[in-house]
Amino acid sequence: MTDKRNTFSRRNFLQTTAVGVAAAATGTIAMPAVLRAQGAGVKLGVLQPVTGALSYSGQQGKLGATIAIDEINAAGGIKGIGRIEPVLGDAQSTPDGGNAEVEKMNAAGVVAIVGGYASSICLATTQTAARYDLPYIVDVGVTDAIVTRGLKNTFRFGPGFGVISKSALDNLVAINDKAGKPAKTVMIVHEDSAFGSGLAKLLNAQLPERGFQILETIPHPTPTRDFNNVVLKIKAQNPDIVVPANYYNEYVLLARTMQQQRVRPKAIYSVLGGAASSYKFVKEFPEAAQYIMDCNHWFDPRNPKALELKKKVEAQGQFYTYEVFMNYSCVLLVADALARAGAADRAKLNAALESSTFTGHVMPYGPTKFVNGQNQGAAPANTQVLGNDIQVIFPETFASAKPVFPMPPA
Amino acid sequence: MKAPGYLSVVAVVAALALVPFVTSSNVILNFLVIALLIALVGQGWNVLGGYGGQYSFGHAAFFGTGAYTTAVLQVQYGINAWPGFAIGIAAGALVGAVIGFLSFRSGLKGSYFALVTLAFAEVLRIVASVAPITGAGVGTLIRLDVRFEAFQFQSRAIFYWIILALVALSLVIVRMIENSRFGARLVAVRENEDAARALGVDVMATKLGAMTISAAITAAGGCFYAQYYLFLDAGIAYGPWISVEALLAPIIGGVGTIYGPLLGALVVKTLGEAAKHVTGTAPGLDLIIYGAVLVLVVGFAPRGVAGLLERLWPRRSRAPARAEEGKSRD
Amino acid sequence: MQTAIIIPAILNGVLMGAVYALVALGLTLIYGVLHIINFAHGALLTAALFAVYFCFRTLGIDPYVAVLGLAPLFFLLGYALQRFVIGPAAHGEDSNILLVTLGIAVVIENALLYVFRADTRTIDVPYGFSVIEFGGTFLSVPRVVGFFAAFAVAGLLWAILALTDTGKAIRAVAKEKRGAELSGIDVAHIYAMTFGLGTACLAVAACLLMPSYYVNPHVGNAFVLVAFTIVVLGGMGSVPGALIGGLFAGVVESLCGFYLGESLGQIGIFLMFILVLLFRPTGLLGARA
Repeated sequence: MTDKRNTFSRRNFLQTTAVGVAAAATGTIAMPAVLRAQGAGVKLGVLQPVTGALSYSGQQGKLGATIAIDEINAAGGIKGIGRIEPVLGDAQSTPDGGNAEVEKMNAAGVVAIVGGYASSICLATTQTAARYDLPYIVDVGVTDAIVTRGLKNTFRFGPGFGVISKSALDNLVAINDKAGKPAKTVMIVHEDSAFGSGLAKLLNAQLPERGFQILETIPHPTPTRDFNNVVLKIKAQNPDIVVPANYYNEYVLLARTMQQQRVRPKAIYSVLGGAASSYKFVKEFPEAAQYIMDCNHWFDPRNPKALELKKKVEAQGQFYTYEVFMNYSCVLLVADALARAGAADRAKLNAALESSTFTGHVMPYGPTKFVNGQNQGAAPANTQVLGNDIQVIFPETFASAKPVFPMPPA
Repeated sequence: MKAPGYLSVVAVVAALALVPFVTSSNVILNFLVIALLIALVGQGWNVLGGYGGQYSFGHAAFFGTGAYTTAVLQVQYGINAWPGFAIGIAAGALVGAVIGFLSFRSGLKGSYFALVTLAFAEVLRIVASVAPITGAGVGTLIRLDVRFEAFQFQSRAIFYWIILALVALSLVIVRMIENSRFGARLVAVRENEDAARALGVDVMATKLGAMTISAAITAAGGCFYAQYYLFLDAGIAYGPWISVEALLAPIIGGVGTIYGPLLGALVVKTLGEAAKHVTGTAPGLDLIIYGAVLVLVVGFAPRGVAGLLERLWPRRSRAPARAEEGKSRD
Repeated sequence: MQTAIIIPAILNGVLMGAVYALVALGLTLIYGVLHIINFAHGALLTAALFAVYFCFRTLGIDPYVAVLGLAPLFFLLGYALQRFVIGPAAHGEDSNILLVTLGIAVVIENALLYVFRADTRTIDVPYGFSVIEFGGTFLSVPRVVGFFAAFAVAGLLWAILALTDTGKAIRAVAKEKRGAELSGIDVAHIYAMTFGLGTACLAVAACLLMPSYYVNPHVGNAFVLVAFTIVVLGGMGSVPGALIGGLFAGVVESLCGFYLGESLGQIGIFLMFILVLLFRPTGLLGARA
């Protein structure tokens, strides 16, 4: 029954979008009259680490969210609610920076917050938002602790790292088996905050079960700007596979230092690698990026809307990174829930999100269904950098290339 | 001077206690809570730096220890926040005593003392950033549980009154020190250590006592921070920011005076907020102003805001007279 | 097999240590003459790193070329700071100087934060990731350049102090301030000259660092304690002490990073600093003026 209701509302939403595309030609100046008829509008918090160690990801996330908001507004706003007024916040790449922004957004009267990006920021900010029953849609934040604390206001549309690491290991085993099991030993290099440490812990438990031996697990802080010692250790132990789990800057530097020190394992296989499936990395340092595999958030290449968004982002001179399409999808998710809630009311929005079966996103997910705030349909994809492009190698339903493993010699 | 001077403390605290009845704005209360927190932390610094003349650049060591103790006891050991608060203060005092003992035993003073305290705080910061018990790089998150028993309150006013009570307590402690023989010995050590020693003052014990009290007061600020924000990481708890705030408030307000830290914290925070209102929220702007004010105060108003006020209205109350007696250094 | 990687780790430490030595050289010079602890040293280094970044990104000037402009610029900046801010505001008192330089550090650091935000920035010079093979070890080219340049600058500094009139005046003031004053030396000017020279060292260090390092508004914090450690280790005011101390600190840092990991590794320098202060405040070389 819920299914039916939501399909209906989605159609409504799409209709308003269609009307909006036509209306967009007349420009936003002509909009207010239409809007007043629709509703008073609504404030939506967009919280990203726009400055600090994670600034690149934060700016990309902000880009995705604002594109979605602009599209919705150009289409005349949310039905019955009106235009979305974004309240932009900068978490400065720290949890307490994020907390301060949540306080400000709450005081500004936002109906919900989208974003957070880093796990540690999300952990802190969701709880602060929970004080005010303020709906919070986590865009990336992969730590599973985010959705296991019983916070009623917290929703995560994307997968957590429990799901991601399982999928990553299944695929790794499949790739390795197919190549005749050349890889036996692994080294993990991870950043030391909630994201990297949690993931490393999970991999340390699961890799041995899958028949891999972990030679060493090396943590490092964010930011770190010298990977010489780390790479020396990798060189000394000579693992078959290196698994990096860190944010963009560190990922790039690690890959480049490995290249500099002529360290070439059979595979660099990242789980949520900060740069491993980033078009920016591939374009700027094609040699360092070549053959890197990654299990990460990825858009649905079969979805025309996802490709359209890609074009739009690239037309702005930006890279189509996962922060963009994740935030884009999250904003659409909120808009859909608001339309169904029928009012800019936090409690009603929480309820609407909880019962969401939203399908208008750009991700290759199963049916949207929130259990304890986690979207059960969310799933990652495996990619590999081949040539100057990023190809999907798993799941096979929309794979565009076969994995190249082991890495051919330089 | 026989009159102990508690009347002004009562008056100041009573006036501040009325604020929540005048305004219910969360923004204003939040602002005042932070200002009072800095006043408390600064009062801790003032006991050692102002009255004892030992300038610490590492009060974060005590702030962070208080904060982490309260938080870790709750999160890792399930100990209630109220006793956790008290244990946090004790832990901060202990760290103060240990650092004090090591530094004073080696005869470190002046710049060397400042640097060694800074280094201790940094060591603690690094340890906290890797130790599993503090959550390492992840940080420590106290579970949201808005109940009196958990030391969490929905209302800002209650937090405000709690921090005000702590500030009031610190004022009373400082007044007691001022009125005590210990206080006299402390000032003697500040003015001339060798002379004090010649007069039979146990310099080591006096400094160590001041350091311990100082650390305890600052640690109380850390405990409060943990309960108010419910989140800690190594950079917040042991970062240089709090060491700087701790010395800014008393130096700008009037070093070695009872109301200096309170006055300084209010002035500094108001300046910071005002700057943000003028230019919008930009990171760093408030601190630029703090730094500039610090240079100006040291250069042109060595007795801080309290000294300036006294120059404007000489002989108004007892407190400035006391301030004068406390701060005739050059 | 372990030695095969310890040697590169030590070599990396030595290379980094040379740049540390350069930073410490400025600090120890200022201490040796003015007898003050310049707490703004780290913030000034951060400012210099941002200047290098700015030159490269906006003006397209290579860091090794930019040094020709930045060193004089920072000399003037240091001169002005001492002559017009620190000197007048401190009234010659030890604790005041500490607070004034702390205030300056806070202002510089946060002004940079305000302008550049907290982002960690790097520059991408063509030789940034080039390596030289040295006994089976791949050494980063910018680090090797930094190593030799640091010694060249130390030599230059020594020459200035030993051979020029200003250098002689600086040494005179350092040894006997009253006497120098009586013999007609303008002490305030010499103080400022010394401060300027110390700050110029930072500009050079920044130009050598930037190709293989990064900058954010708080990066100087890490250097301040490292530099103080070196200065205390080598003996306050001693130029050769700063050089040896710098190399030593670099190796300690690299080995600690190697054995304790990147996060905990930083602790080595600070512990060394505390231990030296607590047990041997005159420095390991014991060279006190």
